[in-house]
Amino acid sequence: MIKSNLGYFSKIEPFGTVDGPGVRTVFFLAGCPLRCLYCHNPETWAYQNGNSLTSDEVLKMVKRYQSYYGKEGGVTFSGGEPLAQSEFLIETCSLLRSNGIHVALDTSGVGNPLYHEKVLDQVDLVIYDLKAADSDLYRRITSQPIDPTEVFLSTLQRVGTPIWIRQVIVPKINDTEENLEATAQKIATLRNVLKVELLPYHTMGKAKYDKLHIAYPLEDTPAMDLERCRRLNESLIRRIEEIRNTNR
Amino acid sequence: MSKPWEGFIEGNWQKDVDVDDFIQKNFTLYEGDDSFLAPISANTEKVWARCEELLTEERRLGVLDIDTDEISGIANFKPGYILKDYESIVGLQSDAPLKRIINPYGGIKLAASIVKHYGREMKPEYDRIFNEYTKTHNQGVFDAYTKEMRKVRHTGLLTGLPDAYGRGRIIGDYRRVALYGIDYLIKMKEADKEAIIDITEETIRLREEVSDQIKALKAIKTMAASYGFDISRPAETAQEAVQWLYFAYLAAVKENNGAAMSLGRTSTFLDIYIQRDLDRNLIDETLAQEYIDQFIIKLRLVRHLRSPEYDELFAGDPTWVTESIGGVSSAGIPLVTKNSFRYLHSLTNISPAPEPNMTVLWSQRLPENFKKYCAKMSIETGAIQYENDDLMEPLYQGDYAIACCVSAMSVGKQTQYFGARTNLAKALLYSLNGGRDENYKELVLAGIPQYEGDVLEYDKVMELYLLTLEKTAKLYVDTMNIIHFMHDKYAYEKSQFALHDTWITRLMAFGAAGLSVVADSLSAIKYAKVTPIRDEHGIAVDFKIEGDFPKFGNDDDRVDQIAVEIISKFSAMLKQHPLYRDAVHTLSILTITSNVVYGKKTGSTPDGRKAGEPFAPGANPMHGRDNSGALASLNSVAKLPYEEICQDGVSNTFTILPSTLGKTAEERISNCVSILDGYFKLKAHHLNVNVYSRETLIAAMENPQLYPNLTIRVSGYAVRFNRLTKDQQLEVLERTFHDQV
Repeated sequence: MIKSNLGYFSKIEPFGTVDGPGVRTVFFLAGCPLRCLYCHNPETWAYQNGNSLTSDEVLKMVKRYQSYYGKEGGVTFSGGEPLAQSEFLIETCSLLRSNGIHVALDTSGVGNPLYHEKVLDQVDLVIYDLKAADSDLYRRITSQPIDPTEVFLSTLQRVGTPIWIRQVIVPKINDTEENLEATAQKIATLRNVLKVELLPYHTMGKAKYDKLHIAYPLEDTPAMDLERCRRLNESLIRRIEEIRNTNR
Repeated sequence: MSKPWEGFIEGNWQKDVDVDDFIQKNFTLYEGDDSFLAPISANTEKVWARCEELLTEERRLGVLDIDTDEISGIANFKPGYILKDYESIVGLQSDAPLKRIINPYGGIKLAASIVKHYGREMKPEYDRIFNEYTKTHNQGVFDAYTKEMRKVRHTGLLTGLPDAYGRGRIIGDYRRVALYGIDYLIKMKEADKEAIIDITEETIRLREEVSDQIKALKAIKTMAASYGFDISRPAETAQEAVQWLYFAYLAAVKENNGAAMSLGRTSTFLDIYIQRDLDRNLIDETLAQEYIDQFIIKLRLVRHLRSPEYDELFAGDPTWVTESIGGVSSAGIPLVTKNSFRYLHSLTNISPAPEPNMTVLWSQRLPENFKKYCAKMSIETGAIQYENDDLMEPLYQGDYAIACCVSAMSVGKQTQYFGARTNLAKALLYSLNGGRDENYKELVLAGIPQYEGDVLEYDKVMELYLLTLEKTAKLYVDTMNIIHFMHDKYAYEKSQFALHDTWITRLMAFGAAGLSVVADSLSAIKYAKVTPIRDEHGIAVDFKIEGDFPKFGNDDDRVDQIAVEIISKFSAMLKQHPLYRDAVHTLSILTITSNVVYGKKTGSTPDGRKAGEPFAPGANPMHGRDNSGALASLNSVAKLPYEEICQDGVSNTFTILPSTLGKTAEERISNCVSILDGYFKLKAHHLNVNVYSRETLIAAMENPQLYPNLTIRVSGYAVRFNRLTKDQQLEVLERTFHDQV
């Protein structure tokens, strides 16, 4: 049983610059319901793995680094899937924000829907991991149905929180014309999207699977070509704009 | 107003020598971005191309040429040029570029041996003059040194003392020559001298010094005249202002070979003249940039004749032509002008380079665009250091500058008696060995009881260590008093003090090395089990460490506060002893590249560092031990107190991977600004910013010819990577490169 006032972490990164704007402290919460093919953090799957902290302890730690956040930076909760610890998130994000700290939530949108709105009320930015727009591809990648994240997405739109969208691109699995088009169509319908970023799949997670004695699902898949991924990203952004212009 | 001052806003600066007032009344704050900057001019391109040929040749030979006909002096050399027709700013130390001057005043023996080392002969008459008819600073010091002083110098408890070379770290207010002209300055000095009538030992010395200063001012005028300029009057144009100011600085480096011959704070002063000429349509931006680029080329060619031992301590032929850029005025307005950008832009126009030592006085209040430009240039060139203006400005009241690496002083109103540093880690070993040196096995500090017992106990060690530090502090102060007494007497820097007020405050800057070694050692003794392994003399030559212990650099107060306690106590101990000429005690935690040599001279320490291994540079955590991330490392160093305690500076050298700093160039710039803002908000003092990967350095070690301009910040200065010794290069590679984890 996870106590509501304790958060479980697999890793804390005091100085992150890639998970949200500016200089950020990134808390990787433990536990994830998804099993994405390309997951590079299998150590974050288990729920009560790692250290636990109370909200106050999180604040105390963050205060040590607050000086460096500048105008844009702050704290990011990532995972695992942070929504799996929604009660802790609500309490902690609220505490951080009352201390003037910008809070971002890096999520796949899978969690208990009862908490979604309360979580989003305490968050300045959602970094939404759009696994796939198509339900079949979604299931293929995550081994779960698409419906829970759709529920989150509709709450997210209703609350109006600013969004960064991310998607990991894996050769032969979703670097396809179909996925690009479906993703563009999907994003074009969303409001408050500030940034769309495709992340190239890399193979650096493999060593962790070996260490944990878990079979690596993408044994024969090469890393995504960086330049190609960059071009796909540009093309995706162009398409979204085209769709929006046509629908206007 | 008279012609030179036409268009300037009036103020106290007309009644008195008051450059600060002139700047504050007349400068134009610039809050825009770098888009106005001009590329290199055709003239500068030609001049720099010639310099590059000469610099390549110099790198091959070590020393390009030595003037053996003359000795150091303001007006002792014929005019020299690089490519006369293309030089918009002229003047060289001797009659040819990179031709070094013999300066015997620091010590004739050393000067002679260096000349010989480079296969030249010094004129025998100099040997006779300085040995038989008069004497040098070095002889004076050694006539007065006690046995104990010689001993600690020999074992390396005190190292790098300026007893055989020029002390430097004196900043003449070179701007005065441009603003007032030489004749007015002579007049003011003559009036000052007339006012000194109450005759005491101090005023006798002062009257003699002011007389020398007046002679020096006249000599500067003569030297400038040899280049065809009459600097008896104030400068009338931007070109003249740069030229006049440079002649004043040039006089200093013709006369003196101080370790650090810093420039001061000139960019915003000169901007006033440049802006006036731009407004009058006398010049355009290209020409304005040309004046600055060519001035900076001249500063890059400054050379001193150093011994091979000196080069080993301070690699890469540094001269610390430190220029302080930015900061905020005493009225709270950022002193950022277009010329602040132009100085930094020279790193783009004429390649990244270590000199002049570009030092940004960082304030939270600097314009955002300037902050971003600095960060951009740091990422691109690795040539900039940052110091906390919000911390220093209130203490030095506005118009101050940095000498050498981290030493702040009010320009023209304060000066420094430079004092190298003491090896705190060696002192710790003395306290465990009854005052005996661990390498020479001889008694160095008398009166320290031998440590009784096997396992080291924190309280007992601390008591002995504080006793050792007390004895060291007394000895250090006495040594410094002798050195500066003799330096004033035998190697007085006439031309530089001529550009100071007559009545000045003297800061005596002590230094400490090895603080992180000491903090970790004491932490190991406190939190782990440390047993000395003693040799047949009973001297601890190694340590058995059982268990883990907190290490400095992880934002862990258990050890960070040990570092704070030790340095605060040592500072207080120094202050118990009065100083020559009522100087004020200051203290720095700074090593420059000497951390490698200090390490070589120091036995194994209780933190697990083995005999001979380098110390961390400056106040840095030990290599690889600050493994809680970049910010935790910065937080630890930020705890070391500047005001009153380490008020000569706390140097921190920070290296971060480009990818860690951010994904895009824009993100890297803005994150770099956030780090600087964040670090200095914590009242930290100094930061060298390096953005490169270990792989780049390894590649540069393997193929130096592919990385001729790779410049890195070491401790307090920047250096071309290819000018470091192999040991120093390896030490840089050992440093912590902050990545994601």
